[in-house]
Amino acid sequence: MTGASAALKRSAPVPALPRFRAPVVFGILLLLFIALIVRSLYLQWIDNAFLQGQGSSRYSREIEVPAHRGRIVDRAGEPLAISTPVKSIWALPGQVEAAPGKLALLAQALETTPQALAKKLDDGSDFVFLAKQVAPEVAGRVAALRIKGIHDQNEYRRFYPAGETMSHILGFTGDRDVGQEGMELTQQEWLGGKPGSRRVIIDRRGDVVEDVEAIRAPQAGRDLALAIDTRLQYLAFRELKAAVEAQLAKAGGLVILDAQSGEILALANWPTYNPNARTKVAREKMRNRALTDVFEPGSTLKPFTIAAALESGKVRPDTVIQTAPGTYTIGPNTIHDAHPNGALTVEQVIQKSSNVGAAKIALSLPAATLWQTLADAGFGTPPNTGFPGEVSGRLRPAKTWKPIEQATMAYGHGISVNLVQLARAYTVFASDGELKPASLLKGNGPVAGRPVVTAGTALAVRRMLELAVQPGGTAPKAQVPGYRVAGKTGTAHKLEGRGYTNKYVSSFVGFAPASNPRLIVAVMLDEPSAGAHFGGEVAAPVFSAVMGSALRMLGTPPDAPLDNVILPVEGGEVREET
Amino acid sequence: MVRLNLLLLAVLVLCALSLVTSRHQARKLFVELEREQAKARSYETEYGQLQLEQSTWAMPVRVEKIAREQMRMHIPGPGRIEVVQAGALR
Repeated sequence: MTGASAALKRSAPVPALPRFRAPVVFGILLLLFIALIVRSLYLQWIDNAFLQGQGSSRYSREIEVPAHRGRIVDRAGEPLAISTPVKSIWALPGQVEAAPGKLALLAQALETTPQALAKKLDDGSDFVFLAKQVAPEVAGRVAALRIKGIHDQNEYRRFYPAGETMSHILGFTGDRDVGQEGMELTQQEWLGGKPGSRRVIIDRRGDVVEDVEAIRAPQAGRDLALAIDTRLQYLAFRELKAAVEAQLAKAGGLVILDAQSGEILALANWPTYNPNARTKVAREKMRNRALTDVFEPGSTLKPFTIAAALESGKVRPDTVIQTAPGTYTIGPNTIHDAHPNGALTVEQVIQKSSNVGAAKIALSLPAATLWQTLADAGFGTPPNTGFPGEVSGRLRPAKTWKPIEQATMAYGHGISVNLVQLARAYTVFASDGELKPASLLKGNGPVAGRPVVTAGTALAVRRMLELAVQPGGTAPKAQVPGYRVAGKTGTAHKLEGRGYTNKYVSSFVGFAPASNPRLIVAVMLDEPSAGAHFGGEVAAPVFSAVMGSALRMLGTPPDAPLDNVILPVEGGEVREET
Repeated sequence: MVRLNLLLLAVLVLCALSLVTSRHQARKLFVELEREQAKARSYETEYGQLQLEQSTWAMPVRVEKIAREQMRMHIPGPGRIEVVQAGALR
């Protein structure tokens, strides 16, 4: 005790603490403490959105659930358009950090040269696609390089196994697999999938550990079945291509319809394009001419004039019409038959395709009657196949017709149609006088059509059409071994500017077997310039080849002996009028 | 009273532990489900690619080319076809 007090006395005296110091310190600590509590209460209950958001962004993710686009298949279920996942690789050039060696590896993975890659990365933009729509394996190799600033994204790419043979019908899809042309465009609603999204919890490694909620369920696109038969389509395409090339034509079209249901079994156009590689395709080649272009049909329209006349009772198949001397003058205009014929029965008017005969028959009818038959046969209204941009053609109201127009209308001038319309109109003669709906979508067997003429008239015209393809008619080259064929040629001068030119549109429309029609085939060649231009010489052989092979493929029983084809001797052919 | 509380405590601990294990189980199962679904998607993709491949191989263009060039097949002329009617066989 004494030692301690001695030590105290030896050191300097301790100054006395001010008496208020303890309460002040205590007060400050208390205030700080209150501030902390207030702050925490504020963060917990009032301003919590930010922190909550930050928190959840560390463990939860909203991820997109991809949805497939539906397939397009043909009537037998063969796929015509399929989407498969691919990846696109993009870069943010400003953020790319990699050793030159790695960039070389990247170039190798992308199948390009390091120079080309460097050029892409140095072009000054903030964002650049290094490769679009590459196979997932390629993207996997790129991702394995782990280069900063290089990313990939999931996409779908659509493939068309049929390539150029069917590109006009199917069309194609653009970015994000959305339909841009053809059936891909019109059926977008049906085919397109709607991607869903869901919220999940992820762990430290980024693996999903828990499904929190489905925000939107993905909706896969539905498959679309077309009426097209791939085999017939290929056949039609092959024959059309061969014919266009042989005849040096500018363009061509070929349509095959099912005579019972009106379904479009094949629809080929030339020129065409490959939908799988269409970087530099002219719009011109993408046009589905058979549906979006019109032409003056020429003589292929005559059967409808005759049908209207038969229907009205003005003529019978054996009524005689005087067509001599091969010209017929109406006011200031004169109609010509290039090969004058003399007196012909109505049957022979079709068989020999006499313009004068058809004009005389047409003028014996009221304009409204002829108009009604043509309108009922579907001319002047779009064929409603479900294809975008199909045209209606032109059929002017009967009230505006002058007599000369009524006369030329009888043989298919002054009226315009598209090829599908023309083929569909022939369902009237291939059935019992009913117009069937032409459809690109698969239906279920025969359908009831809209009556246009009576069964008797349809049968009478069918017989005349059979005469037209036999020797003595305009198209013996349309005959098919083993089958009875009925059909009509057409050769029309092309209308350019204000007048007709010496360019032609040659066509043939027909059906077989005539005893029980199964198929209708319509062929059209635009500006054949290899010498011949008559429908019977240019289009009829195409018809014969397509019809023969198509009936064989479909296994249609023959309705005639196999040696039924009789071709007239050279020079003895009957030329039709134009 | 004390005994009851102890019992309840034991039950509580048990429940808590089982919650933890079942939660863990659920996550493990979910990861597995996730993996299987990814597999299903990749199979679907592969199926699509195979369909594409099959229809590319089976395109009439190719079939015809092989038939004509490799197998030297051709369509017989009308003179070499015999039509057999279904009724004639009976």
